[in-house]
Amino acid sequence: MPYLRKVLAIVAKDIAAELRTREMLSSMFVFSLLVILIFNFAFDLRADNQAALAPGVLWVAITFAGMLGLSRSFILEKDRGSIEGLLLAPVDRSAIYLGKLLGNVLFIAVVEMIILPIFIILFNLPADALPVLVGVTLLGTLGFAGVGTLFSAMVVHTRAREVLLPVLLFPVVVPVMLSSVKLTAAILDRVPLSEVQNWLSLLVAFDVIFMTLSFMLFDYVLEE
Amino acid sequence: MTPGNRWTLLLIGAAAVFMVIAIVLVFGVAPDAANLTTETERYAQRIFYFHVPNWWVGFLAFLIAAASGVMYLTSEREVWDVVGLSCVEIGLTFTTIGLITGSIWAKPTWNTWWTWDPRLTTAAVGWLMYVGYLMLRDAIEHPQRRARFAAVFSIIAFLSVPVNFMAIRWWRTIHPVVIGSGSLDAQGGFALGPNIQLVFFFCLFAFTVLFAALLALRVRTEWLARRVEQVRQQVLSRG
Repeated sequence: MPYLRKVLAIVAKDIAAELRTREMLSSMFVFSLLVILIFNFAFDLRADNQAALAPGVLWVAITFAGMLGLSRSFILEKDRGSIEGLLLAPVDRSAIYLGKLLGNVLFIAVVEMIILPIFIILFNLPADALPVLVGVTLLGTLGFAGVGTLFSAMVVHTRAREVLLPVLLFPVVVPVMLSSVKLTAAILDRVPLSEVQNWLSLLVAFDVIFMTLSFMLFDYVLEE
Repeated sequence: MTPGNRWTLLLIGAAAVFMVIAIVLVFGVAPDAANLTTETERYAQRIFYFHVPNWWVGFLAFLIAAASGVMYLTSEREVWDVVGLSCVEIGLTFTTIGLITGSIWAKPTWNTWWTWDPRLTTAAVGWLMYVGYLMLRDAIEHPQRRARFAAVFSIIAFLSVPVNFMAIRWWRTIHPVVIGSGSLDAQGGFALGPNIQLVFFFCLFAFTVLFAALLALRVRTEWLARRVEQVRQQVLSRG
């Protein structure tokens, strides 16, 4: 079986498992909606400060929801005992990483695609910004899930498990979040992307670095 | 006395002597920075001789921690885990002092202890990241697994350090850049005259020696503590 087919087989397994219960997608979606609503009264959002706070609110919602998905990613495998099966499968360890990463990105992206239009409506933002916003959101998600998948596989072997994941992941992905928030703000303010070129480069650079390193290091967190 | 012990003692002695000379230089020899107007600013400026070397040692420690991480993953030798842990502990200590000295300087210069500037924020986030490193270690029972995960984490975590360093060069920030050219918004910056430079580089050197001494000591104590634990387990399993 070629490498790509193995990766896709793992993605298909995750999709099949998720479609049976839909618990991850629904909880991620409801949670991100909740974050947006909670911010509404926590920050006392009004017409005059909405535009300034919107990018931050969106990214907190996305990362918190993504964190929920990432923490389940390997805990489910461990609790159901399917991780042994995965390790016994005649595939390269890096294929497991890519498969899990693709699955995670896919689930987070599905939630994002539902939450983005709602976000635009609730914050009264220009609807034509949506296509560019989708692109930036996906770029941000790649970097976030890139390290997240690695850390998720790591924390299932610790005592604190899902509690530890945000503590480890948030500070590490700050460069990704920072540039995503800056780019989102620029898109919503209708600043041309050429003016925020350095943020875009930073985001893409960290996506590549995080995914490459996690891909290389994944072997070491999946032993025994 | 073992040879390793003698080297450690020598390093500690050298660090002590250099640190005393550094203090004398900073308060006795270094001239006032020329462009600072108020007396408070001129006094506060002298913290720079400790603040910058503190962060330098922090960065150096995290760099060696990441390098030890690579060494551990490739060689599986326990000593690299000990070096990595020691580096993170020392790096955290120095960056904590770096955050505090920065605050002390910021109060008279920027009129605030803390401001949400990119440089300050990335520094604080980096600090939290290495607190996370210690929490990760604490949460794993199995020694080899602990060492392996810690190595992986220290490699990934070190990626943020260049961002931190570049933060004041890429973004508009009020943090001064003393070496190279800074942002137009920087407040409280000053030029490095020849005498200031001399004292500054001596301080960098003295702190680096201090770091080496602390590292040698910490690696030694951690190594011995693990050996003691091993022997204790052996005795317990026999009795």
